[in-house]
Amino acid sequence: MAMLEVNNIHTYYDKIHALKGVSLHVDQGEIVTLIGGNGAGKTTTLRTISGLLKPREGSVKLNGEDLAKYPAHELVYKGVSMVPEGRGVFAKLTVEENIEMGAYIDNDKARIERNKESAFTRFPRLKERRKQVAGTLSGGEQQMLAIARALMAQPKLLLLDEPSMGLAPILVDGIFDTIKEINQDGTTVLLVEQNASMALAIAHRGYVLQTGEIVLSDKADKLAKNETVQKAYLGID
Amino acid sequence: MSFLKNLDLRKLPMQLLVASIITLSVSAIGMVELFGGRFVITGLFTMAQILFLGPTAFFAYRAAQEAPAGKKWQGMIKALLLGVGVGLVMVVFVWLAQNLDVRSIFINISPRLINILTFEHAGGATTLFIALVLSALAGGALALVPDKLRNALLVGAGVTLLVGLLSEILAERLRSLFGSQLSSAIIASKALQVVPAAVLFLLVAGISYMRQSGRIGKVGPTLKPSQTKIVRTALISLLLLVLPMLLGSYLTEVTNNIGLFFLMGLGLNIVVGLAGLLDLGYVAFFAIGAYTMAALTSTGHLGLAGISFWVALPICVAVAAMAGFILGMPVLRMRGDYLAIVTLGFGEIIRILALSDLMKPYIGGAQGILNIPKPMVGELALIRPEQMYYVILIGVAIAMFMSTRVRDSQIGRRWMAMREDEDVAEAMGINLVNTKLLAFTIGAGFSGLAGAIFASKLGSIFPHSFNLLISINVLSLIIVGGLGSIPGTLVGAIILVGLPELLREFAEFRWLAYGVLLVTMMLNRPEGFIPSEVIKRELHAGDEAEQAG
Repeated sequence: MAMLEVNNIHTYYDKIHALKGVSLHVDQGEIVTLIGGNGAGKTTTLRTISGLLKPREGSVKLNGEDLAKYPAHELVYKGVSMVPEGRGVFAKLTVEENIEMGAYIDNDKARIERNKESAFTRFPRLKERRKQVAGTLSGGEQQMLAIARALMAQPKLLLLDEPSMGLAPILVDGIFDTIKEINQDGTTVLLVEQNASMALAIAHRGYVLQTGEIVLSDKADKLAKNETVQKAYLGID
Repeated sequence: MSFLKNLDLRKLPMQLLVASIITLSVSAIGMVELFGGRFVITGLFTMAQILFLGPTAFFAYRAAQEAPAGKKWQGMIKALLLGVGVGLVMVVFVWLAQNLDVRSIFINISPRLINILTFEHAGGATTLFIALVLSALAGGALALVPDKLRNALLVGAGVTLLVGLLSEILAERLRSLFGSQLSSAIIASKALQVVPAAVLFLLVAGISYMRQSGRIGKVGPTLKPSQTKIVRTALISLLLLVLPMLLGSYLTEVTNNIGLFFLMGLGLNIVVGLAGLLDLGYVAFFAIGAYTMAALTSTGHLGLAGISFWVALPICVAVAAMAGFILGMPVLRMRGDYLAIVTLGFGEIIRILALSDLMKPYIGGAQGILNIPKPMVGELALIRPEQMYYVILIGVAIAMFMSTRVRDSQIGRRWMAMREDEDVAEAMGINLVNTKLLAFTIGAGFSGLAGAIFASKLGSIFPHSFNLLISINVLSLIIVGGLGSIPGTLVGAIILVGLPELLREFAEFRWLAYGVLLVTMMLNRPEGFIPSEVIKRELHAGDEAEQAG
């Protein structure tokens, strides 16, 4: 059974029909990527899954349980963490305080310490800057921080919204390597990306979203070879 | 003339212009004239002289400070130029005022003003010019003095000036505490005597200098930090307990007002400072607290229950907190400006409702509710300000304790996370609905407590006591003090509520000073007098990044 099952969701912004029946599923241990152009509905899909938006139709199920009855903030308790678009670090708090905020739902101090240590092992850059104010970090470091913070809740499923946005290419490589590592350590990942080539390179499967509808879905390597995808998203003629 | 090389005068015209405009303004709007006879230090200098010489000295200091290191003497040249410039402007001003009739437009440019500006003698224009140049040079010289000494001098001068300004009130206190002989030896006819002023200046400057050098603190037995804290808390508590005896009725009344505004500030600090919800209708909860107290305890015809102050107090807090909760619900989805407008409307609704005919049978409309009894302790009614002081002190102590605990608890973290980014806070597992409602409820409760005490302190309440200006005042005081900071809120309350009260003799000009203070604060020190760590970081994040390279 799929870990996350999104079934025919329709989401509206008032009268604008943003998602027109999106269905997808993510299995345990996978990296699944959702690619598409500007305004295709990628972020809307992610926000609907995380409960920040409510679909008018359709359902989002986690391990078979319908998530509609849970408000957004309770999803963390269900093992779903989100890294929002544009990173959303707490700019005025220090790196360390940001990471501690991620463990908001956790009351076990020893476990928080352990998780913090492993976050610092994963991101040595953040350890160097643990006392620095997050707003003064570079874009790439803020992205690392946002991911580290999301991992503090020890999620089973990690939702990532455009982690490569606004980053230098060299940093993008690093971030995607990290995502792959996190997945190998046992966290399932749903990755929303505009940078289709990078996303398809690390993902197991992919979905292509166009104006609120899934137009293609396949194994990642096959999608990367698909003519339409190459033309539209990979810049290959 | 090698030290004249690279003399940078680009900023000087602007500084000269601003200094001249300020000096001209304080003269032409009548400030100088009003304070012409008001000595700060008897026989030595008046308030007026500080007003028309001070700006030149200040801008000369600023100009001199910008001189490059190693060429500090260039600063003196700039200061001299600035002094000559302002001097010329003022001499022309005096000449024009003497030879043209400008009083039909500028009614405050009177012969009296000219007398003051020319130091009360013929040919005084030259004296005025020399005085301005000397002030500028003094300001410039200040920039040459080492930092520690300069700070010490400024602190000394500031304290002496403040004592001089408040001398009338202080004289009254000295008289009742130590007898009239000592009092008139120190303060005569509303001004400090020369010798006590000099002693005070040297003493304060000396202490300030030693403190900066770290020489004080080594004196006396060395204590562990925890012991120092206990000693300090004990001393402060003791001081607070005997304060009304030292202060006398009038100053205690001022302190009581500061206390009530501090109480409201603590509440609004939670809503705005910690949770980041801009609330402009905060006076509504103050009004609700006051009206609840009035209705429950009044012995007049509008009194409902006639219960005692102490029984009514928790009910008032609960009713105000409930109102905060109810206001919170419709505004849950709003942020920033929209929230501010809705709360502004709510504040006005409460005031207009209190004024309305609809509510008149219950809360008296414009006539308000009268005959609110004072709190009773046994048989003793707390009528005097010195007695009310303790009620307010207890209220403030409780509110401070609660604020500190709540701020440092998990709830405080939730508020801060929400203030920073609502979506991310929610993604971290924070229930935004509860968190917002809690901020509104606790904040309103504090305000209700202040309102309840206010009603009982005054004995009668009227709708016009609860206008928008109170909300604005409370908001200003927490911003000036330092958003999110509890000691900052106290400092803000003392400056914005206490000082205008104490400086009553300066009439409407104290509101000018109030406005100038707000503008200068926001330009030069937006984080407030005693900022909280987090806010300071935000406002100076840029500086740090620059330093980090």
